[in-house]
Amino acid sequence: MCGIAGLFLKDSALEPRLGELLAGMMGPLSSRGPDSAGFAIYGEGRPDTVKLSLHGESEGHVTAVAGELAEALGKELSFAIRHTHAIVSVPEGDLAHAESWLSVHAPEISVIGKGKRMEIFKEVGNPVAVGKAFGLETMRGSHGVAHTRMATESAVTTDGAHPFSTGADQCLVHNGSLSNHNSLRRELRREGVRIATENDSEVAAGYLTWRMRQGQSLGEALQSGLDDLDGFFTFVVGTESGFGVLRDPIACKPAVMAETDQYVAFGSEYRALVDLPGIDNARVWEPKPATVYFWERGQ
Amino acid sequence: MSATIDLKKTTTRDLNSRLQNESAAPAGGTWQIANVRGHHSVAVGIDRPLTIEIDGNTGYFCAGMNHGAEITVKGSVGQGVAETMSAGKVHVTGDASMAAGASGRGGLLVIDGNAAARCGISMKGIDIVVKGDVGHLSAFMAQTGRLVVLGDAGEALGDSIYEARLYVRGAVASLGADCVEKPMNDEHKEELAELLSAAGVTDVPVEAFRRYGSARKLYHFNIDNAGAY
Repeated sequence: MCGIAGLFLKDSALEPRLGELLAGMMGPLSSRGPDSAGFAIYGEGRPDTVKLSLHGESEGHVTAVAGELAEALGKELSFAIRHTHAIVSVPEGDLAHAESWLSVHAPEISVIGKGKRMEIFKEVGNPVAVGKAFGLETMRGSHGVAHTRMATESAVTTDGAHPFSTGADQCLVHNGSLSNHNSLRRELRREGVRIATENDSEVAAGYLTWRMRQGQSLGEALQSGLDDLDGFFTFVVGTESGFGVLRDPIACKPAVMAETDQYVAFGSEYRALVDLPGIDNARVWEPKPATVYFWERGQ
Repeated sequence: MSATIDLKKTTTRDLNSRLQNESAAPAGGTWQIANVRGHHSVAVGIDRPLTIEIDGNTGYFCAGMNHGAEITVKGSVGQGVAETMSAGKVHVTGDASMAAGASGRGGLLVIDGNAAARCGISMKGIDIVVKGDVGHLSAFMAQTGRLVVLGDAGEALGDSIYEARLYVRGAVASLGADCVEKPMNDEHKEELAELLSAAGVTDVPVEAFRRYGSARKLYHFNIDNAGAY
């Protein structure tokens, strides 16, 4: 199973409500994925700063590590602690130092995302409780994706929860299962793409990162994925300014989309969309199999 | 008997229990269902002639196992609408997700919009009229019944089909294994005209359609293929 909710705002007036709306979409999808949940939010960003999403054992643990990291860099770092995660803002010039310090001095910390605007949160447990623990409903931003997981291809762990991020400001959530993830993981690792887990969905994220590194746009990378990814999938992906959807050619995994002047929304089921503003007059449709859907924020 | 049931106040289980209970919902009654909000399994397993109007988009298996009710959905439906219907009529004013009319044994399913993949999969006597397009693998392993498509059909139409009759007005992306185009004889024009009329389509001539069905080559093992096993 697994459930996916995605929301891409066209109207900036809704940005203060992004987290609240996404939480409302994720709740009804708990039945599709009761074992863990996660979400990526594209919020405020500063041009010279990169946000690291750190996952630790507890609030105390990530707070301590964030403090030690600031000390090691000799900088006043701004960081936000939410439940078991810390979002640490690092000056771009100190990023390599920060990452190497973390891998040496806090190897138990997972860096689950980095980017100018993207923040990722994920944890095992009931999706509604996970959303509340991180304060999802208080988050603001321009777009976000959420996932409720029913594990099939790898264990129920925080690192196995979605979204997966393998490139700056890039994230992917997946409903389905890939059958060629082992061989593809080996190829991508040879190409220098960092893939941290044995999870099939992370390989899909890594694949798109690799394609975009070669110069493809997100839309082009998704199109290439139709040739190279074998298995069942409905993907929703985010970049710093874009939002994309792709279903495999067989299209067993459900998908419903809705669009108004204010937003584009994705739900695994229509139940996820019913509380969005103006939904009764939205254009509601099922995305076609093997067809790339992609929206980009206006500059 | 006429009543409105609000699914913000009533669970789908209670709704279905009421509609399935003959003393609570005697034959001939009219029911409105409000605030559907994408719920699954709305108005399933009804075994007598009721008139039911569902206001809004539903989730999976809406009007499943229908046996005699006339059910109208003012909106779109999730996967498996009217699955295993045996009698009655289900009318969807919007689109249908995959496997519409799956395994249906009788009755009429009318979809005003498009139907997604696998429409009429394993149909066994149901009639389905789709006014828009149908997705890939529609009428997969269809046994009997008729599927009418006023728009286009996706890939592998009628794959591994038995004896169902398929009428398509638009383009067919590809035919599935053992599905072939067949001539439109008078008997076919006659039954198609009846189906269009039952679905409320009055402005489309039967000559606009092509007929597809089974080549009947998968019915028996072909000894020439023995080497492949």
